[in-house]
Amino acid sequence: MRWWLPDAGSTFAGPIDTLFLAILIITGIALVVVEVGLVTFVIRYRGRPGRKAFYTHGSTRAEVIWTAIPAVTMVALGLISNHYWVLIKDKKSVPPNAYHLGVHAKQFEWQVTYPGPDGKLGTADDFTVRNQLHVIVNQPVAVELTSEDVIHSFFVPEWRLKQDAVPGMHITAWFQATKTGEFELGCAELCGMGHYKMRARVFVHTPDEYKAWVAQQAAGGTE
Amino acid sequence: MNGRIFSVVGGMFLLTVCSKGSQSNVQAAPPSSPLTAPAPAGSSDVSAAGGTITGKIKFTGTAPRNPAIDMSEEAACKAKYPTTPTEENVVAGPANALANVFVYVKSGVPAGQTFPAPATPVVLDQNGCRYHPHVFGIMVGQGLEIQNSDPVLHNIKAIAKANRPFNVSQPTAGMKTTRTFAAPEVMVNLECNVHGWMHAYLGVRPDPFFAATGPDGSFSIKGLPPGTYTIEAWHEKFGTQTATVTIAGTESKTANFTFAAH
Amino acid sequence: MTSVAHARPEAHGDAQHAPMSFWRKYIFSTDHKIIGIQFLFVSLFFLLVGGLLAMQIRWQLGFPGTPMPGGGILPETMAVNRVILPEYYVQLVSMHGTFMVFFAIMPLLVGVYANFLIPLKIGAHDMAFPRINMASFWLALLAGLIMTASFFVPNGPIRSGWTNYAPLAARPDLSGVTVGQMLWCVSIVVLGLSSVLGSLNYITTVINHRAPGMTWFRMPLSVWALFITAILGVLALPVLQGAAIMLLFDNVLGTHFFDPVAGGQALLWQHLFWFFGHPEVYILILPAMGMVSDIIANGSRKPIFGYHSMVFAIIGIAFLGWIVWGHHMFMSGMNPTLGSTFMVSTLLIAVPSAIKVFNWLGTMWRGNLRFHVPMLNAIGFVSMFTIGGLSGIFMAATPVDIPLHDTQFIVAHIHYVLFGGSLFALFAAITYWYPKMFGRMMSERIGKVHFWLTFVFYNLTFFPMHIIGMGGQMRRIYDPTIYTFLKPQQPLNVFISYAAFALFAVQFLFAFNFLWSLKFGKKAPMNPWEDNGMEWSLPNPAPHGNWDRTPNVYRGPYEFSAPEAGDKDYLPQYTKLPTDRDPVPAPLPAGGH
Repeated sequence: MRWWLPDAGSTFAGPIDTLFLAILIITGIALVVVEVGLVTFVIRYRGRPGRKAFYTHGSTRAEVIWTAIPAVTMVALGLISNHYWVLIKDKKSVPPNAYHLGVHAKQFEWQVTYPGPDGKLGTADDFTVRNQLHVIVNQPVAVELTSEDVIHSFFVPEWRLKQDAVPGMHITAWFQATKTGEFELGCAELCGMGHYKMRARVFVHTPDEYKAWVAQQAAGGTE
Repeated sequence: MNGRIFSVVGGMFLLTVCSKGSQSNVQAAPPSSPLTAPAPAGSSDVSAAGGTITGKIKFTGTAPRNPAIDMSEEAACKAKYPTTPTEENVVAGPANALANVFVYVKSGVPAGQTFPAPATPVVLDQNGCRYHPHVFGIMVGQGLEIQNSDPVLHNIKAIAKANRPFNVSQPTAGMKTTRTFAAPEVMVNLECNVHGWMHAYLGVRPDPFFAATGPDGSFSIKGLPPGTYTIEAWHEKFGTQTATVTIAGTESKTANFTFAAH
Repeated sequence: MTSVAHARPEAHGDAQHAPMSFWRKYIFSTDHKIIGIQFLFVSLFFLLVGGLLAMQIRWQLGFPGTPMPGGGILPETMAVNRVILPEYYVQLVSMHGTFMVFFAIMPLLVGVYANFLIPLKIGAHDMAFPRINMASFWLALLAGLIMTASFFVPNGPIRSGWTNYAPLAARPDLSGVTVGQMLWCVSIVVLGLSSVLGSLNYITTVINHRAPGMTWFRMPLSVWALFITAILGVLALPVLQGAAIMLLFDNVLGTHFFDPVAGGQALLWQHLFWFFGHPEVYILILPAMGMVSDIIANGSRKPIFGYHSMVFAIIGIAFLGWIVWGHHMFMSGMNPTLGSTFMVSTLLIAVPSAIKVFNWLGTMWRGNLRFHVPMLNAIGFVSMFTIGGLSGIFMAATPVDIPLHDTQFIVAHIHYVLFGGSLFALFAAITYWYPKMFGRMMSERIGKVHFWLTFVFYNLTFFPMHIIGMGGQMRRIYDPTIYTFLKPQQPLNVFISYAAFALFAVQFLFAFNFLWSLKFGKKAPMNPWEDNGMEWSLPNPAPHGNWDRTPNVYRGPYEFSAPEAGDKDYLPQYTKLPTDRDPVPAPLPAGGH
């Protein structure tokens, strides 16, 4: 049983998880204040015969306080969040040394195009593998996302990465995996009856392993 | 009887049609291997009287290699094969015999003559993440019983023009779904979108005069009333070829087709 | 139309004091109270339908691929060997959302309570346009029937979620849905018409038909909320109607508004849908907030804390509601810079929401609390809406939204707002105004048992969804167990399912209480909750036309425990104290022409 976010598997996980924890603390405090307040008032001010409620229409000072605190907190949260948001999603943030892969989504499969031994996408030695995503650990990877038919969403929980693949659009999503091993890629946007089955296996390799795998694929592999 | 008629569909295809007189029937009634279409039950009703067309389908050249299927994502399917399974684009038998060719009487059956659809359904099995049979025929109104022998999700998407398309899914093993087709159509494409390599083709006919070749490339269409018929052979990669055959009485005639692989 | 055919005999009938026929009185009624009650019965029915769909969803998620009890009645296009098919599962989630949002929660809040409460609470004799009001009800019913019909057509109802993202919803060859998609579009267009007619009516009535002395800032917060909601409705629903018509054209006429294969724009649908959809979220919560405010003031025997800021918070939420739609699209491929803008506007909604929550707390502070059933449910609303509001902050912060977007976390969030929020408010409102509707009280004892059981099972159902959402379980997936990373949390899915079944079962207590009390409930006294609202100056149930003479309003709605009230702890808006002067009647609007 897991009670927290999945294990961290990319460089995004650090800031995102920290931000998650920060929001959890902020909202946790707010929640405790409200719920403890409610319970306290429910017990303390329960109706008793002969008692009369305190007749008041409010307090401007109290209201200014509980307007200002959330406003300041939210603006601060927005500024911090935006810093990481730009870092993760902005087009200009894709590292120049990123290794580019093509991911084409289709009801109900992921077609991953690899640049082949020459390392360049769009050349003759490219090859495509169905439902298998192989990447190199600690290497920035940029995924060129497209879709054949409907909207799909590229989601690897350990990488804290989610990006819709939209027909008619070409979207680049980048990440840098930090842990080798096998993970799963799921579709997070309802794409039809087989939505739940749109699953690919994700392999994070050491550079040598990856090179060997590419060589094997280029030499025939499945096609 | 018109002797020999050549009909070439597509310049690159070589076609020979031999129609000889009565020939001791090779009767290559395909054994009920999963790859061959079950002979429609209805055909036996009319075969008591009438002629028969038999033939053998071959190809020249080298058949393209069928791509291997990487089934590692579906362990349950992969386990059903001792070696890496392949797609079934061109399935060749001994001596260049060509399997999975759908042969049917395209025209010549008198208009207005109707044939009852057999009560027994055609069974399409999804086993090992492949369709069995891969190419087959069915009569208008005859049931197509689709069954799932795999413990994984398959969806069956029928891409049709004359018929209403459908798309049904079978998430667990043992599920059965029956569908019928209301209009003749050659061919209706069936595909599974979960396993992109899964394709099947089915010819919907208003009469029982059709067959699909097995690994030995032979077919036999029985019970044809006297008349002149255009028969067509369809293959998913090599296209179509037609021939004209005239039947008088209860004779048996031969129509062989030869496709050319590049 | 029927309204015309039946309108004339009414005049005669009234003149002769002949009793109106059952049909005139209860079916083709132009009385705002009867129309409200009609909406109540119809939308409670759709609430039940939506609940039944939810139970099937929970069966599949808890026990994927196992035969569902009672599944035998489903046709083989929905379940084979009683096992739910993936396409039916997708239809279940799509139609659960559609029914709950459009045919249960929205009509319950707006159709029922805007109709029933606005004229009663502002001292009006009826709606400004009673026949348009009747048309609004019948159109809503028609829309509901069209939507229900989609279960019985070939290929069944929609399979693209209640949000109907294009191009899936626009391409029958990709969705597998044909007639059902058209019916969805047609139904939504009809429903939108109903909503727009209703909203125009509410707006006009509030502006023009307030009784003398009912100034803007003497209006109860429920009326304020319903008034602002009506403005949202009249602006938002036409956007959805337009989008639905475009979607219909894509499906039927071969246009390609949303299909990029022929030059359309897939994201256009999302922009249109959420431009409607986010104000819609506030349509679904503002009336609940308004009614809860009334009930909390009553239960606390205290004036509402910060009445003016409560009004401005309603207006603020409604305004911000128009500039946050993009937060549904953070992962859509929309320009990330737009994402930053939408994040800031979204986070700002926390401010008016916090004002409301703290003001409710302030209202209870030093009160003399009465824990009648409406008050219990209203307190439940405050505590659950707080969780729903706070969980929204996680997804508003764009980086944190990345792992949480389109997972069960958002499902938990929306249910904390719509069930914990809107539905608890509705349990409160239904119980509270039941005597005004039917002249009898609902059982207090059953009501309390229902509240506590609902509160417990509701939290057991929806709170764990946050956790499985954090674990990464995507929305709308048929079988989470095929994913290695989701398999370990399947026991929690089973737990949620059991809690959900119990939650559903408990609702029959409410249904029983509601129906049983119609005939056997205790007769309601004139002012059972000792409230200040104008409606309690009338007998229960109130007659057609409400007041014989237009009433006067002497004060605001929350004068509980006011010193001038003497030994009572409430002072109704209609009570004239010796020190009160009669208000000057406002000049009749447009009457001079």
